[in-house]
Amino acid sequence: MGVHLCIFLSLVREIILEHENQHPIGIYLKIWALLFILSALSYSVDYFHFQGYLRWSLIIIFMMLKAGLIIAFFMHMVWERVAFIYAILIPPLLLLTLVGIGVLEGGYTFLTRNIFFGN
Amino acid sequence: MSETHSINSEVIPPPYTGPEAFVSDWSSDQTAFKNVAWGKVMMWIFLVSDTFIFSAFLISYMTVRISAVEPWPNPSEVFALTVFGEKIPLILIAIMTFILISSSGTMAMAVNFGYRKNRKVTFILLMLTAILGASFVGMQAFEWSKLILEEGVRPWTNPMGAHQFGSVFFMITGFHGTHVTIGVIFLLIVAAKVYRGDLEHARPGFFTGRKGGYEVVEIMGLYWHFVDLVWVFIFAFFYLW
Repeated sequence: MGVHLCIFLSLVREIILEHENQHPIGIYLKIWALLFILSALSYSVDYFHFQGYLRWSLIIIFMMLKAGLIIAFFMHMVWERVAFIYAILIPPLLLLTLVGIGVLEGGYTFLTRNIFFGN
Repeated sequence: MSETHSINSEVIPPPYTGPEAFVSDWSSDQTAFKNVAWGKVMMWIFLVSDTFIFSAFLISYMTVRISAVEPWPNPSEVFALTVFGEKIPLILIAIMTFILISSSGTMAMAVNFGYRKNRKVTFILLMLTAILGASFVGMQAFEWSKLILEEGVRPWTNPMGAHQFGSVFFMITGFHGTHVTIGVIFLLIVAAKVYRGDLEHARPGFFTGRKGGYEVVEIMGLYWHFVDLVWVFIFAFFYLW
């Protein structure tokens, strides 16, 4: 996913490098509006009681879009050089390993709790 | 932002895209991160380390929630508020989300006006960001006291279900709230510097002999947007899941 983000970022960069010297304020207002819409959408996931995989996938999609917009535009990542983008965005991918370990460990604990303390 | 600083007189190669650019910058002389102020690099490195801290919290929350035998309290109901006799789920959290996003918007514009050397507008936007941040902390204080005093949630127990809910809630939102509070203080300091014109005249700050320029506002902005970014993940995984 991070790799996709990097490719996405370098594509957007080429479009945006044209106004490198002064970002028009309009970009920030548009991103702001998009973030508002996405937040409203993720809130409505709860408000309309979506459940199960639909709920989880919608939450993740809206979350990733919001995070991507904040990093890319508010934190100026699209205007940075590739060397810097890679150095900052690739190391956190290691966390996926920790997620994997956590899922295994959590499932195991749940199982043993049910065997030894369950009814 | 290339208009800001060309720190050394080194010739900066044009930005290619893709892995070639990564290899050529990293294998070049003197600096790997060309065109980036060192303070900004340091802030980003701090933010990456902070990412690992918050991720450790969120991942342990995931582990604890997977392994909980009792049902997890439904955040949608726990954080519902009764407004005009009608119970609206998660409404306070939604308002807090919108406030934090708005503060990120004003911050991003403050950075932009800073580089345009528009002191007055930068100052106003920074103060606006600080006010929005402070109101976020205020709402969080309200939320905490409601949960502690009215609902009886404690780090070790709660009446709604799995006991781990309380410790996870206080740990994650508490750590995030601390970040917001520090950010508000940091914002007020930067706003004062902007107002006095310290950045324009590159006067050193009070912690350091380092001369400041408008990249200070951008560095402040990175921290603030990061706090907003963390909230995006907390909102999704803790409140909505």
